[in-house]
This record gives sequence, C-alpha cells and structure tokens, in this order.
Amino acid sequence: MTRSAPLRRVVWRLLQSVPVILLVALLAFLLLHLLPGDPAVIIAGDQASPDAIAAVRRQLGLDQPLLHQLLLWLGHLVHGDLGQSLLLNQSVLSAVTERLPVTASLTALSLVMTVPLGILLGGVAACFRGTWIDTLVMLLALLGVSVPSFWLAILTVILFSVTLGWLPSAGYVPLSAGVWPWLTSLIAPALVLSLFQIGFLARMTRSAMLDVLDADYIRTARAKGLGPWRTVAKHAFRNTLIPVITATGIILSLLIGGSIVVEQVFALPGIGRLVVQAILARDYPVVQGTMLLFGFAFVAINVLIDVIYTLVDPRVRYG
Amino acid sequence: MPVLVESLRPRRRWRTVRRLALHRSFNLGFAIMLALVLGALLAPLLSGSDPMAMHVRLRLRGPSAAFPFGTDMFGRDVLARVLYGARLSLWIGLATAALSGAFGALIGVVAAQFRILEGLLMRCMDALMAFPAILLAIGVSAALGPETGSVIAALTVAYIPRTARIVRASALVVRELEYVEAARVAGAGAARIILRHILPNCVGPLLVQVSFVFAYAILAEATLSFIGIGPPPPAPSWGNIVAEGRDYAVDAWWIMLFPGIAISLATLAMNLLGDGLRDVLDPRLKVEG
Repeated sequence: MTRSAPLRRVVWRLLQSVPVILLVALLAFLLLHLLPGDPAVIIAGDQASPDAIAAVRRQLGLDQPLLHQLLLWLGHLVHGDLGQSLLLNQSVLSAVTERLPVTASLTALSLVMTVPLGILLGGVAACFRGTWIDTLVMLLALLGVSVPSFWLAILTVILFSVTLGWLPSAGYVPLSAGVWPWLTSLIAPALVLSLFQIGFLARMTRSAMLDVLDADYIRTARAKGLGPWRTVAKHAFRNTLIPVITATGIILSLLIGGSIVVEQVFALPGIGRLVVQAILARDYPVVQGTMLLFGFAFVAINVLIDVIYTLVDPRVRYG
Repeated sequence: MPVLVESLRPRRRWRTVRRLALHRSFNLGFAIMLALVLGALLAPLLSGSDPMAMHVRLRLRGPSAAFPFGTDMFGRDVLARVLYGARLSLWIGLATAALSGAFGALIGVVAAQFRILEGLLMRCMDALMAFPAILLAIGVSAALGPETGSVIAALTVAYIPRTARIVRASALVVRELEYVEAARVAGAGAARIILRHILPNCVGPLLVQVSFVFAYAILAEATLSFIGIGPPPPAPSWGNIVAEGRDYAVDAWWIMLFPGIAISLATLAMNLLGDGLRDVLDPRLKVEG
C-alpha cells in the first residue's frame, strides 16, 4: 500500500464505508423495534380496538419475523422505495425530495458564510496571538458556540422582522421565484445557523495555524527575509488548510444537525421540520427514511473529505 | 521503584491544580459556573417567590424592583423560575456528562483492550455518529416520553460515541507504553490493567471531553424543551421557560431573554472550563504560548 495510486486509495476508502452504511441502515430499521412498547399500538393510538391494532400491524408487516421484515425493507430500499408516510398521504421518498431543496439551500448558504469568515477570524487571531485582537475574536467565537441557536433565532425574528420589518418573519421562497426573494427568506436562518459554526471553525483554524506558525520551516522562511504577510500567505496558510478541511467536514455535518433546530423557529419546510414532526407524530416510515438520509449524507461527507485529503496531502494513507 | 513514583505523584497533581488555577479562561469559567450553581442552590434565599405560584393580576409585568426579571403570562416570577430552572438544567447537564463519560470510557477502553470487540464496537459508534446528535436525542426522548430521565437518557446516547472514540484513541496510545507491558508481564489480568493502568491515564482527554459534553447537554436540553419534549412544565427548566415565552417574545421579551442568557452563560462557562482543562491536561493540543 505504500506506493498505491490515489485512485486505489479512494476505492479502498469507499469500500471501508460499506459496513458503516449497512450499520446505519440497520440502525434506522431497528429504531422502530428498539423503542419501548408495541409500534402498532402506538401508531393506532391508545383507544384503538384490537382489530384496528391488528390491521396496522398487518399493514406495516409487523406480524412477520424480524429478519424477514429487515430483508423486505432492504429489498425495497435497493429499489429506492422507502415506504409510505402514515400521515402525509404520500411516499416517504417524495416527502423527502420535496423538502430537500429547502434544507440544501439553507445548509449551502450557511456554509458559504461560515468557511471564509471562520478561516479569516481564526487566522487573524493566530497572527495576533496574545493581543487584544486575539482575545476579542476568541471571545466572539466562544459566544458563537455557547448561545442557543433557537433563542438567537427568536431574537433575530423580533429584531429584523417584527421591529425593523427588513425581512420576512418565516417561510421559504423557492429559488424559482427569484434569487432575491429566495435569499431574503434564507438570510436570517442561515446567519443564525452560521454563528455556531463560525465560532467553531475560527477556534479550529486558530489552533491549527498556531501549530504551523511554530514550525521550523516558518522560522526558515522568516530568516531568509520573507515578510510576515508573505510567510503567512505562502507557507502557514497552506499547511493550516489540512486540519481546516477536516473541520469543514465536521461543520457540514453540524450544519445539517443545526438546520433541524433552525427550521423549527423560522418555519422553513425542510427535512428538519419533516423529521421532527414525524417523530412527534410517530410517523415511523418517515423517521426511518430521514434518519437513513441523514446517515448516508454523513458517511458521504466523510468519504468526500478523506478523498480531498488524499488529493491535497499525498502523505495521507488509509491503514 | 515504587518509592520514587509515590513521592512524585502528589507533586505532579499539585502542579496540574496550580496550572489550572493560573489559567485565565479556566478561572473565568469556574467563576461563572460557581455563580450559577450558587444561584441554583440558594434560589429560595435569592428570590422570595414560588416559581410555580401564579398571580393572575400580575401577568406580563416588565422588570421592576419587585420582579427584577418581570413576570410571565401566568404572573409567575421569572427570576424565581430562572433560578429554580438552573437546578433542572444543570442537573441534566451534569448527569449527561457523567453518564456519557462513564459509558464512553468503558466502551473506549474495552475496544482498545480487546481487539475482537474493537471492530464491532467502533463501527457501531461510527454508525451512531452518522446521525446528528440532536436528532438522536429528539428521537430517543420522544420515544421514552416527556420526563427528565428520558432527556438524560437521550442525551447520553447522543454523546457516548464521541466520548468512546476519544477514550479509545488515548487508550490505544497508553496500552503500548512500557509500564503496561510490565504490568502484563507481571501477570496482571485484563480487568486490572484496564482499571489500574490504562483508564487513569486516559482521564485527561476524558475530562476535557466530558466538560464539553456538559456544555452541549445544556444547549441540547434547552433545544429539546423548545421542541416540546424536554422536562415537562410547570416545573421550570431554562429551555421550557424560553419555549413558553416564545409566543410573548415581542411584547414580553423578558420572559425568554433571561433564561436564554442563563443558558448562554452556563454553556460559555463549561466551554471555558473545557478549554482550560485541555490546555493543562492534554499537551498534544496545547496551543497557548
């Protein structure tokens, strides 16, 4: 494996993620059975007659042996069939694809705000280590990771939508209705969602940059007469990028998790709202389907990050 | 050379304590946390009113001398609710940190020590980590019903995988060290090696992680309460005070403002404590010059 081509390493990494993907699918499936109580009774309701409960059990295939159910579910899964929602009167797949653009827009916009700002703030703090600039930036970053996002979201709605009237208070406008309305419907939620991540990335970037700034080759660069800014731009920044790429992968996962909360406050009809409503209403097929989607997205992000690693840093190998 | 080791140990421990005592952000975090804990414990002294007592004629009063944080839609004293809410919120944070720390440490150490179990355990942790922590917490909490215990259980499940990973990583390093080898050669059993030799040397990274879990748990409890599956009202927790105040946020901003500040302060304090512990206990990640 010492001199394997990048392509082979990428394929190897993809193969490594197969067991995790299978386990993710298994967990999403077992969710229904791990919960205390009989799912059929919970779905049918406390007051339901034994006949109604039996009907629900048959309809969901819960009367079959567990292994049989699992194989059946996986079989449907392979064909892209996630089942029918119990409440929405549509298939899980269409419920998910209908809401995916909202969450994708929100996450993408937040990522676009987070990455440059987080790296810039962290880099500036590292370059001015120990000065008031460092203290100020790190205090702001710490506040970013400490303030609850739903609370900040409510305050944002009050300030920008109710008091100032600059932004719509809730709801989503699709991109097809125009870029500007789309952007104004997402700017506040994306900003709220970004603050935690900006703080997180700034903290990561600062410590990565400080490690690099202590390295011998930085001293060499300074000793040969390179100015401080060129040293940072040419030598330090590039080597800071590798841990920062990891951080960006974590951030993308955190953004997806965070969007679940932010979508509730801003009433954005995305996956997060779908899954929370499904959990509260015990719409198990939708819960399973969305859990599966979140799990796969996470695995995919991690594979992607590792692949980018391989391209950026040829030293990286997978053991 | 047991004598030498014994004589060195207390001094080293004191050095760690002294370095923590000199750490600026650790001190700030410690002071904030101490103030919040004291506020929670001394709630009956700091606020004369009952957090559950409703005074219909005093509904939605703004902050005043009688009610420094105002009153809510039922005329309850918001200051009293925030102070008593601290008990529940901090308890959930502490219990989650302790439980996920204990289970995470156990899984991590066992995975590092027994290679047969390692693949299975760690792939399960990977799969659990594939779901956003807050989503796991919402799911488990909703399934178990709206009780304080189920919130703690849900958050514990959500944070075990990360803790297990960190403990395993340091246990893998520790188990290769010479003194573990020596203990093994001397005939120590697996349980003794894990408990006496490996675990104590993974405490640093574990403590750092646990303090961050405390911070996340306070935020997550608030989020669960906000969604409506946290500790049930009328008993106050910071999260459910914000949730209840949400509908009145425009006209009676004080109901949700103060518990939100309390959540932020508690999380900030635990983050500062965690940063301090990391600088002092985890030399690999030490960045402060």
